[in-house]
Amino acid sequence: MSEKELINLEQIFEERIERDEKIEPKDWMPEKYRQTHIRQISQHAHSEVVGMLPEGNWITRAPSLRRKAALLAKVQDEAGHGLYLYSACETLGISREELYQQLHTGKAKYSSIFNYPTITWADIGAIGWLVDGAAIINQVALCTTSFGPYARAMVRICKEESFHQRQGYEIMLTLCNGTEAQKAMAQDALNRWWWPSLMMFGPKDEDSPHTAQSMKWKLKRKTNDELRQQFVDQTVPQAAILGISIPDPHLKWNEASGHYNFGEIDWEEFWQVVKGHGPCNKERMEARVGAWEEGAWVREAAMAHANKQTNKKVAKAS
Amino acid sequence: MDSKQRSNYVTSIADNHLILGQRLGELCGHGPNLETDIALTNIALDLFGQTRSYYQYAAQLDDAFASEDAVAFLRKEHEYHNVLLVEQPNTHFGFVIGRQFLFDAYHLLLLEQLQYSADATLAAIAQKAIKEVRYHQRFSSDWLKRLGDGTEKSRKKMQEAIDALWRYTDELFEMTPIDQLAVDAGIGVDLHALRPMYYQKISEVLEEATLVLPETNYFQKGGKQGRHTEHMGYLLADLQYMQRTYPNMDW
Repeated sequence: MSEKELINLEQIFEERIERDEKIEPKDWMPEKYRQTHIRQISQHAHSEVVGMLPEGNWITRAPSLRRKAALLAKVQDEAGHGLYLYSACETLGISREELYQQLHTGKAKYSSIFNYPTITWADIGAIGWLVDGAAIINQVALCTTSFGPYARAMVRICKEESFHQRQGYEIMLTLCNGTEAQKAMAQDALNRWWWPSLMMFGPKDEDSPHTAQSMKWKLKRKTNDELRQQFVDQTVPQAAILGISIPDPHLKWNEASGHYNFGEIDWEEFWQVVKGHGPCNKERMEARVGAWEEGAWVREAAMAHANKQTNKKVAKAS
Repeated sequence: MDSKQRSNYVTSIADNHLILGQRLGELCGHGPNLETDIALTNIALDLFGQTRSYYQYAAQLDDAFASEDAVAFLRKEHEYHNVLLVEQPNTHFGFVIGRQFLFDAYHLLLLEQLQYSADATLAAIAQKAIKEVRYHQRFSSDWLKRLGDGTEKSRKKMQEAIDALWRYTDELFEMTPIDQLAVDAGIGVDLHALRPMYYQKISEVLEEATLVLPETNYFQKGGKQGRHTEHMGYLLADLQYMQRTYPNMDW
């Protein structure tokens, strides 16, 4: 292809995005668009799958049968989200094995929030309320992103996530209407999950080099700081209903801006967790790699069995 | 059969589902791939759904239980009457499939009879569960065949699991005094009658999976009397942790 033809294709591509047309897997796309999408969608898929671990940690200890079933169903939904997202990613010409490889070797990232431990039952409520709440804010914007398979997966995922968020909030509400011990458990969970939840929106705008390109491709509709502000504004009144306090002495309503002011995130902690030094990075990776390696003989057997069945059919037909 | 005895009969059926569901719940997020993870979670969800229906009914029948959760979480180990098979650990995926397959074959036969129980609630629970358990049996049989007739390694591992779990199968058909009372009252299932069909079904699938039918004739029992294996205490420690640490609270 000549350079002129390439420029022409890129121009047509950019115009399609401008007109809000969806880009489909078989359409021409710039290599950088493909790579950026593989990176982002797989990171999202990995986050769903690694995210099963901290919550899965409480399935055997859930305090009632109703909560146990709801938690199992929720973690199962996350596995389902992982599946659609891996499939969406595969349409860009990469296999699921390669994607797992990237996760297991640390080449691909997943959301840092899952490197924090779930140490009490209230953490399951806090994750639903805050972590799923933050995820929805990030993801609603992606329902209209330019890459068709990703946008369609997001529509479905957002519906389920908002159900999870209500469920998490309802766990918190039950705790906060319960005994002193339960309310203390809820407050402790909010104390531990608040700042990591704010970190879910990523670095500050001035430290986020990909934002401009991502906005152009509609892979981002609002900046990190705008989304973070939206989350704070939405969550503060919810904490007030629960009757527990947000662990930020600088949190204050700003009449003039119509938003809450809030304190500075500990960016040192943010980068440390991103670099692999969070409380549970090691455990999460060991669990994923362990499940994959221990499952190798099972996957090989399934493949061998399928081949035998095919051979039998072929032999029968001939 | 008085209502307390009837409640005992109902819980003795459901305890199997609670304990097996609990074992499957340990696996969530750790399966060999996402598809099996989802499928096993589905089975666990079905089992917990069934458990809740049975326990709600048991709590209605016996004033000693305030709710389904009291039945599930607040008994002593010897008061759980599940068979030893379901409390066996997830040693490896072959054990997960083996345990599931050996239980599903029994479970389906049980429900096929229980749906005609003179107790309308039990019959209704069984009719609903039967569709779910047909799927469970298909899943576990298919995997048994894949692993048995897969690679050399998988055949060895699957055979190892079947050999180890085999000694827990006969207990499935043991009739306790409560089982007998339930049969006499027309609400329960005659387990002795299921035994030949069970071993027939099992041997057919094992053969298809190119696995060998174990020859052991020495079986382990005791679960139905509340005498469990050493695994059970740890399983209950997790299961009951919240209810024991924070008693009398709503969650």
